[in-house]
Amino acid sequence: MSALGKIAPWIILAILLAVAPLVFTSGTSRTMLSIMALSIIFALSYNMLLGQTGLLSFGHAVYYGLGGFVAIHAMNTVIRNKYAIPLPVIPLIGGAAGLFFGIVFGSVSTRRAGTVFSMISLGLGELVASSALILRTFFGGEEGITTNRSRLAPFFGYKFGPQIEVYYLIACWCFVCILLMYAITRTPFGRMCNAVRENPERAEFVGYSARMVRFIAFSLAGLFAGIAGGLAALNFEIMNTQSIGAVQSGLVLLMTFVGGAGVFFGPIIGAVLITFLQITLSDVTGAWQLYFGLMFILVVMYSPGGIAGWLALHEPLYRGRQLGRLIPAYLINAVPLVVMIVGGILLIELADWILVKAETEGPGMSVFGIVMNSNSIVPWIIAIILFFGGAFALRATWPRVQDAWGVALARLREQPA
Amino acid sequence: MLEIITFSTLNGVLYGMVLFMLASGLTLIFSMMGVLNFAHASFYMLGAYFGFEISRRIGFWPALIVAPILVGIVGALVERFGLRRVHKFGHVPELLFTFGLAFVIEEVVQMIWGKLPVDYRVPPSLDFTAFRLFDTTYPAYKMFMLAIAIGMFVALLVVLNKTRVGLIIQASLTHPNTVAMLGHDVPTIFMAVFGAGSALAGLAGVIAGPAFVTQPAMAALLGPILFVVIVVGGLGSLGGAFAASLLIGLVQTFAVAINGSLADIFGASAADWFGDLGTVTVAQIAPIIPYFLLVLVLIIKPTGLFGTRET
Repeated sequence: MSALGKIAPWIILAILLAVAPLVFTSGTSRTMLSIMALSIIFALSYNMLLGQTGLLSFGHAVYYGLGGFVAIHAMNTVIRNKYAIPLPVIPLIGGAAGLFFGIVFGSVSTRRAGTVFSMISLGLGELVASSALILRTFFGGEEGITTNRSRLAPFFGYKFGPQIEVYYLIACWCFVCILLMYAITRTPFGRMCNAVRENPERAEFVGYSARMVRFIAFSLAGLFAGIAGGLAALNFEIMNTQSIGAVQSGLVLLMTFVGGAGVFFGPIIGAVLITFLQITLSDVTGAWQLYFGLMFILVVMYSPGGIAGWLALHEPLYRGRQLGRLIPAYLINAVPLVVMIVGGILLIELADWILVKAETEGPGMSVFGIVMNSNSIVPWIIAIILFFGGAFALRATWPRVQDAWGVALARLREQPA
Repeated sequence: MLEIITFSTLNGVLYGMVLFMLASGLTLIFSMMGVLNFAHASFYMLGAYFGFEISRRIGFWPALIVAPILVGIVGALVERFGLRRVHKFGHVPELLFTFGLAFVIEEVVQMIWGKLPVDYRVPPSLDFTAFRLFDTTYPAYKMFMLAIAIGMFVALLVVLNKTRVGLIIQASLTHPNTVAMLGHDVPTIFMAVFGAGSALAGLAGVIAGPAFVTQPAMAALLGPILFVVIVVGGLGSLGGAFAASLLIGLVQTFAVAINGSLADIFGASAADWFGDLGTVTVAQIAPIIPYFLLVLVLIIKPTGLFGTRET
């Protein structure tokens, strides 16, 4: 690949990060962009474990949360003692805390990979989350710890009061962290992580300690999670014990897996998508967490590579200029798929309304802007017909996709390499 | 003092036996299929809610039979149409599938029965005092729970050790390929064991629901402890799961009964030295003791107390 080809994605990323808040100018969307940017760091740090090293952790929020808490205490100390430390340095303190706890807990938990590692990470996560509720002085109990970012020493005149200034601070950290994490995957160490993921025994025969490789990867993941936590601390100006708990750990797993753990940029897609859905869906529907769970299960069942994995499947076809062959089949399949999804959403919304909201708000409801009565049988029948009709139609049209793939792959093989 | 010890022992054994009702199924499923079922505690919760719903409409005794069967059917369906499909992708997707399933079950339960605890009560026929010891009474329902749990334990032992089915299950624990080569339909055995394990968890839920609190968070509260149990006991070891269930049941129950803190031992100045740790009572740290135990066991003996396999 040419030098320009290597640099181009990074230039595009920098431009995207820089232009995004100029396109989406409302307050909520700028807040959302800030959360997306720090979620990207968090999800990529998680993928250093899941995707690169093959370690499935159920307690990654520990390093994010502890990084955030240490960062917020650091901010308060700086404010109290009037140290000349500006805000942009704070995430480094969070990162240092994440690295420290990554080293401490990593030394215990990375002896083994696989299921045992997952269970230890779960246990450690619960241990820290439960301890956080007990140690009230440090974790602030249920109210959490608050701070005020604009009272730190100004950085070249910027006091980081407005959200837009904070966004650019987070975006800069985001860019640097993505670059660093990508660079790590290209080093011999990054390759050894992949080797340990694929076959720890062979990795040991090459002369590397699988445990040491896992340990270093775990510590580095803690470092970047801590940076994300530090950014969260200065973005929200509050940290509470929820950010350390199982829900946060589950969320980063969801982001990484839905985005695609097997491809470097996968978690970026996941972080952006899940953050967007989390903020917008919770306003639209009461059952948004159910949609998250179902989405996760569907991705696990039908596309274990996540969105990025599915996209990456098409790369050889794109290179061989065969992608066009798939488009008609995809379009035909999209119709029953959309019908099925609409039917499913309608069913869930009807059920949610009649079970949860009808008591207080009456049977009248609206889905996709269409007003309906949840007590009447008509919308239920329509929903069932849409869902199952779509499902059966999808079964009928699915072979077309397989055929198109077969033809495209065959053409690809005929081409000279 | 003797009073506290007696009742804590009884409650600890009871809690341990309930844990074992779940841990046994989880261990069997894990040993056979290599899947740590994250949703196992969710089947326990489903059992409690099904039990609540059926005993509200028909009665507690039918619920005791019907609810576990229903949960078992749900479990078998999950294995047949979910896990079996994911199986070919490897163990991580399987684990993630059950993780997502636990999440979905919690959301669905919240949707149907609400976010608040439901009023699942001890049936009137069992709502009396079993015995009285030094001014403290012990409810008959807890004795009933203990009896069910012990009955299940004995039944499990008999089925596993004395019957042909148990022989095949035991064989598939260690040598699944050989069992398949001997002509047994291993996928169906898997489905049956998964269903039976879920049904056991459901039974635990039906009887534990009235004694503990039936709420949507009950799965998320018990799930991690359950994993502690089977990891501490040694993955894949039924005897280990039994020992660890009792150990954790007793440790947690006794810890709750102790109201001392470091400040009581070292005087009020302990609060200055240890910060929050000085004033926290043992009862308050009871929830985190199992996790301490987990980390400790894994450092000293990574295979768990009775385990032989490492992953």
